[in-house]
Amino acid sequence: MNWLSDDAIARLQTASALPDVAGTRYRLVQRIGSGGMGAVYLSEDCILGRRVALKILDLPDDSGDLAARLLREANILARLEHPGIVPVHDAGTLSDGRVFYAMKFVEGQRLDRMMEQASPLPDRLRIFQRICDAVAFAHARGILHRDLKPENIMVGSFGEVLVMDWGIAKILRDPEGATPGAGSEVGDAVTAAPVKTAHGTILGTPGYMAPEQARGEIETLDERADIYSLGAVLQFLLAGVPLAEGSSNDESSSVARPLAAIARKAMAADAGSRYASAARLGEDIAHYLDGLPVSAYPENIFRKLVRWSSRYRLAIVLVITYLILRTLLFLWSRG
Amino acid sequence: MSEDTKIGGPGGKFPATRWSAIQAARSKDPAEQSRALDAIVAAYWKPIYKYLRLRWGKSNEDAKDLTQEFFLRLVEKDYLKSFDPRKARLRTFLRLCVDRFVANEAKAAKRLKRGGGAPHLPLDFATAEKELKRAKAPVGSDSPEDALDEYFQQEFVRNLFTQSIEKLRQLCVERGKELHFRIFEAYDLNDEERGRLAYADLARKFGLTTDEVTNYLSYVRREFRDIALIKMRELTGSNNEFFQESRALFGVKPK
Repeated sequence: MNWLSDDAIARLQTASALPDVAGTRYRLVQRIGSGGMGAVYLSEDCILGRRVALKILDLPDDSGDLAARLLREANILARLEHPGIVPVHDAGTLSDGRVFYAMKFVEGQRLDRMMEQASPLPDRLRIFQRICDAVAFAHARGILHRDLKPENIMVGSFGEVLVMDWGIAKILRDPEGATPGAGSEVGDAVTAAPVKTAHGTILGTPGYMAPEQARGEIETLDERADIYSLGAVLQFLLAGVPLAEGSSNDESSSVARPLAAIARKAMAADAGSRYASAARLGEDIAHYLDGLPVSAYPENIFRKLVRWSSRYRLAIVLVITYLILRTLLFLWSRG
Repeated sequence: MSEDTKIGGPGGKFPATRWSAIQAARSKDPAEQSRALDAIVAAYWKPIYKYLRLRWGKSNEDAKDLTQEFFLRLVEKDYLKSFDPRKARLRTFLRLCVDRFVANEAKAAKRLKRGGGAPHLPLDFATAEKELKRAKAPVGSDSPEDALDEYFQQEFVRNLFTQSIEKLRQLCVERGKELHFRIFEAYDLNDEERGRLAYADLARKFGLTTDEVTNYLSYVRREFRDIALIKMRELTGSNNEFFQESRALFGVKPK
């Protein structure tokens, strides 16, 4: 045959890399993201006439391991019906052999990109509360995320917050409460083959993963690893930049001390010193927003007074104004 | 490569073949060894020849002899025995072997007059030489070493795609789908026609509907990809290497 030009090679590569959705209800619109094993495509569900996001393996998976992981991720999402977790609609295999699943297309911004624009601290903290709610729900369903970071959190155009990318999640126990074998990571028996990660394997993102996760202690990881990651996300929301690896949050920064204390407690090197649950972490943030004491920050009488006066500032101003007026009236009536 | 290789499987279009030339090359069965060498030679002789010309500045005749001799040594010295897919990709390994081989040859400076008695492989060097003149020189990367690596990879892909297209053509003829192949050829392979042909033009040209053109192209591209993946499967030593190389083959870049 004739010589194959670089342009022809590029065309063949592009055409071959594109998933073949012929025979499905979907039509690819554009590639909107990519990861270690696959890509996400904005697509149209031609039957329901709505936009969805298709996560598809890059290529047919010869060993079946990646396909099992992707189906397992879909299976986990299906178990986690929560407003803060992206819902999955469908899963299957394309005619070209690639495994895929369809999920809600979230219009909005990734948290890290959203933070490039200035937003008020209370808004950032409310976003964080919603992340904690979603993670607490997942924990209650026996699932660890293991890769919480701003890049995996979407903030929708209506303010909804969704935790994404459950690709390396770990199932601690099934919804009925039975605990699978220590450290096992199981998929649904019908749709996804069991996936097990060897002890010592490091999964996660540096800067956001707990020390025990970074050491590859896969089998003993529990909810507290996610609490650490939540602390790192909080730190990012407070400082606007990710925490440098190996550093600790800075006391001298402009971050309010109770918030710094919350992040510090969530990110304690010793898992036992962290919050017992994502819900408790979220509660501390709610307390801070309401001007209430936070569990991570013990107060002396002076700090209590400062917080109390800050919380009731308007009432205090009104009372003082009233007292001054009464005094003036009293002095005027005497004079 | 096996002629009875099945394209597609019952559950989809996975490459059904699990045969690996790397594993077969280590087999004790001479037939398997020979088949493995054929697969490796077919995939790599052109990239290696061109690499010798560019990287080592060898003349046409020297590069021909060195290419032949390299594959001879590959068998005699059992180079593949030391290949570990966990440590490197086959193409990287072979490129390093070529470098070492040429350096040793130069150092010894007592090479026998090549061609004297060595069983020559039937390689079409004239075509390779023409291609060498048409391909872009290895430039534009961060370092000369990276540029050469990219060049070697691109030539490997060109060679593998060329062989896959030839196999695809045969397959289409066998299945009575010559028209499918001609559409693929016009739209995906022909640089001159690609710029001016839309699906509607192809439909007019071949007397089809636009939907039929879409379906025909989709079919041929899928078969092409499966053939290329089967060839890649043969040339990798582990599932991980296959996955990584397949991604590179189709230009899939991680974020």
